Amino acid sequence: MNPDHDGDLALVFRREAGRCTATLIRVLGDVDLAEDSVAEAFAVAAERWSVEGVPPNPGGWITTTARNKALDRLRRESSRTSRHAAAQRLQDLRMLDDHEPEPDGLHDLVGVVADDQLRLTFLCCHPALSPDAQVALTLRLLGGLATHEIARSFLVAEDTMAQRIVRAKRKLRDNHASYRIPRHAELPDRLRAVLAAVSLIFNEGHTSTSGDALTRTDLSSEAIRLGRVLVELMPDEPEAAGLLALMLLTDARRPARIAADGSMVRLADQDRSRWDRDQIEEGSALLRTCLRRNQPGPFQIQAAIAAVHAGSADDESTNWPQIVTLYDRLLVHRPTPVVALNRAVAVSRADGPAAGLAVVDALREELAEYQPFHATRADLLARLGVHGESRAAYDEALARTRNTTERAFLHGQRRMLG
Amino acid sequence: MAQYLLSVWHDEEYVVDFSGEDMQRIGAQVGALNDELAAAGAEVFGGGLQPASSATVLRSDGGDVSMTDGPYAETKEQMGGFWVIEADDFDAALEWARKATVACEGPVELRPFQSE
Repeated sequence: MNPDHDGDLALVFRREAGRCTATLIRVLGDVDLAEDSVAEAFAVAAERWSVEGVPPNPGGWITTTARNKALDRLRRESSRTSRHAAAQRLQDLRMLDDHEPEPDGLHDLVGVVADDQLRLTFLCCHPALSPDAQVALTLRLLGGLATHEIARSFLVAEDTMAQRIVRAKRKLRDNHASYRIPRHAELPDRLRAVLAAVSLIFNEGHTSTSGDALTRTDLSSEAIRLGRVLVELMPDEPEAAGLLALMLLTDARRPARIAADGSMVRLADQDRSRWDRDQIEEGSALLRTCLRRNQPGPFQIQAAIAAVHAGSADDESTNWPQIVTLYDRLLVHRPTPVVALNRAVAVSRADGPAAGLAVVDALREELAEYQPFHATRADLLARLGVHGESRAAYDEALARTRNTTERAFLHGQRRMLG
Repeated sequence: MAQYLLSVWHDEEYVVDFSGEDMQRIGAQVGALNDELAAAGAEVFGGGLQPASSATVLRSDGGDVSMTDGPYAETKEQMGGFWVIEADDFDAALEWARKATVACEGPVELRPFQSE
């Protein structure tokens, strides 16, 4: 097998695995059986495609092959244990056999496939699962990532991650979770969970600078890919578009976030010529379209903030009063002390460090253990020339971080005070 | 159709006293939910329990059965009552559980029964 072919297959796998699994769960009525069959089908593909080349409709090929693999297995099972259930499913599949179009015709079923992907998305992000479990299931079933890849990305042992995934699947099965798209009335709540899970995946890849940097970047890209799928599946949901815009605009800064020596570069100090202009253009266009619907939500507002930064030549010429206004609106949707802290930073740029510090200090009670609270205070105190207090605040921040990149950054800032 | 247990939990030892204003209100809410469950054909069984201090635990050890006074779990949180309901699927059961926690004004745990 040549390396090009391996790359092809990996690409097809990433793109098609979620779609094929989504359809097979519906056809087979069983998540594990669907997963195993898709894996088997890809194993067959790895052998056959190296000789015959990738077929014109690889997804259809995989889906059909996986279904046949499942059929074989159920035939074997029906003569052994769980005879009744297997025989029943076999019966259902035979009926499907009569109606299911040939592989080449499968792409006519785009609508059905899209519905399957939506069903799977909502199943993975079921609100009765913990956010950790939602994220793990989404990456595993929808993203087609291997358990060890997910474990590595979240810096947990493979066993732990495997158990998390098994437990989540079992909970859904034991509770008779249906494979369906939520009704209109349920949609806002359910969609919120889905968007939150994708956003968690993105943040894990973007903000955490510990661990294997390459894998982390993969996680951001995967979140953006999932975000694109959601926008494609739910074109009428402005918050889905808002999340994708936010991820694109944030990820566009990635080339400028880490300096050559691996250290972190703050937004204010980033070389903006290194920002990804194509991604900024795509994110901004997407944001303009969804804002026109006039149904603002937290992701659209955060994307709007990111767009203001993206459209500014440098930190100095940024329209900070506009950012403060956007944070005011974000606070209505997300009244959390962390959002309030981010707003305080914007206030310090719009109205000066003293005004910002007053807002920050009012948050002490809620954020006393939050590292960025102390780092922000330290920075504002330094700008005000109160070096002694600034040093003390940097010490407070240093006592609350274990991230090496962050530590190095805080130490550097503290040293600059002289 | 599947069966689920909806259990109602209390954080502290409680006193069964229906004369208080809170208990009057909660009792009326639970009564309304019972009517709704019955009308929907979802109710299998349900009821409130006497406080956990009224419980007795029995243990079998090679044929010898011993008794201890008090609840099995030595925690402050104890079950105060439950429903067994029948629902189409997880989401339908969660919807009943959501109504139950609102009616009882306390936490409700949802658990599926094993299928036969």
